[in-house]
Amino acid sequence: MTDIKEKEQTSTHKIGIYLWIWGLLFVLSFFSYMVDWYQFQGFLRWSLILIFMFLKAGLIMAFFMHLFWERYALVNVLLWPMTAIACFIFLMVAEFEYTLFSRAFYFVVGGGVQ
Amino acid sequence: MADPKIEGYQFKPGFKGMASDTGSDQTMFKGVHWGKAMMWIFLLSDTFVFSCFLISYMKGRGSTLIDWPNPSEVFGLHVFGVDVPLLLIAIMTFVLITSSGTMALAVKYGYEKNRKMCGWLILATAIGGLTFVGMQAFEWSKLIHEGVRPWENPFGAPQFGSFFFMITGFHGTHVSIGVIFLFIYAYKVFAGHYDNKKRGWFTSMKGDYVEIEILGLYWHFVDLVWVFIFAFFYLW
Repeated sequence: MTDIKEKEQTSTHKIGIYLWIWGLLFVLSFFSYMVDWYQFQGFLRWSLILIFMFLKAGLIMAFFMHLFWERYALVNVLLWPMTAIACFIFLMVAEFEYTLFSRAFYFVVGGGVQ
Repeated sequence: MADPKIEGYQFKPGFKGMASDTGSDQTMFKGVHWGKAMMWIFLLSDTFVFSCFLISYMKGRGSTLIDWPNPSEVFGLHVFGVDVPLLLIAIMTFVLITSSGTMALAVKYGYEKNRKMCGWLILATAIGGLTFVGMQAFEWSKLIHEGVRPWENPFGAPQFGSFFFMITGFHGTHVSIGVIFLFIYAYKVFAGHYDNKKRGWFTSMKGDYVEIEILGLYWHFVDLVWVFIFAFFYLW
């Protein structure tokens, strides 16, 4: 039994994969800095920021944190709770739009309106 | 993969494996080091903490009528007579990614029982983290000198300061704690605690290079959080 455990823990991945991911992270970070450098605005800016962010986060989690090679049970335990965060973001977007509306409304009309 | 503690357990890959893992008796994640499973659970809870910070920042920034300070100018640096936007933040990002890469290699060399390489790479990671914290301290003092406070700032919406100090402060605390542990583990690797299975002082479990992977998970998570802070706080 100990032999099997020993074997499992010494098996690693080739150094090339880490260097590749490392390089890709540098390139993606450089690109996301370029988004600010060239002052892209509006939808283009937001979509580029989000694309580079999710690519970087995905690469770090999949390869540096080994999730790509992990068992499905662990991967699912980690990733499904993220849907709760997505729901929370959805709720708070509605909330800030309401707050913004009521501020804009009452700062203009005044507080005495019934 | 067989678990030495549980007779007859055989790991199955894919969704079959997931079903037998989640539905198994006694323990879940059989064969996974308990420290690694617990680190993942901790990181999951930490994800929620940082998500709450970033979501409250979204709510605060989205609901103010006053213009939000332009981060590209606020965090810009004036070097050699030129204004470079976000320069310090870009360097900090590259430093943190570099240290994440050295940590990934340290985990690899640890599993290969390459004591020297593992130790040096952890030390390099620690120095990268220290550089990051140093630059963050510089950034904080610069903004404080310019009059940024949690309740006011000269650039725009007063909420900016409180979100900035809260989010980057909490992240910086994580980096600092990580640096302390990196130095401790660098010492433990060089001293050969994982080669001769010396028991740790806290949980008194036998030393094993899996601890380097657990430390690595924490360090990569710190880098991961920075990816989101960089995108939402500094670039948005």
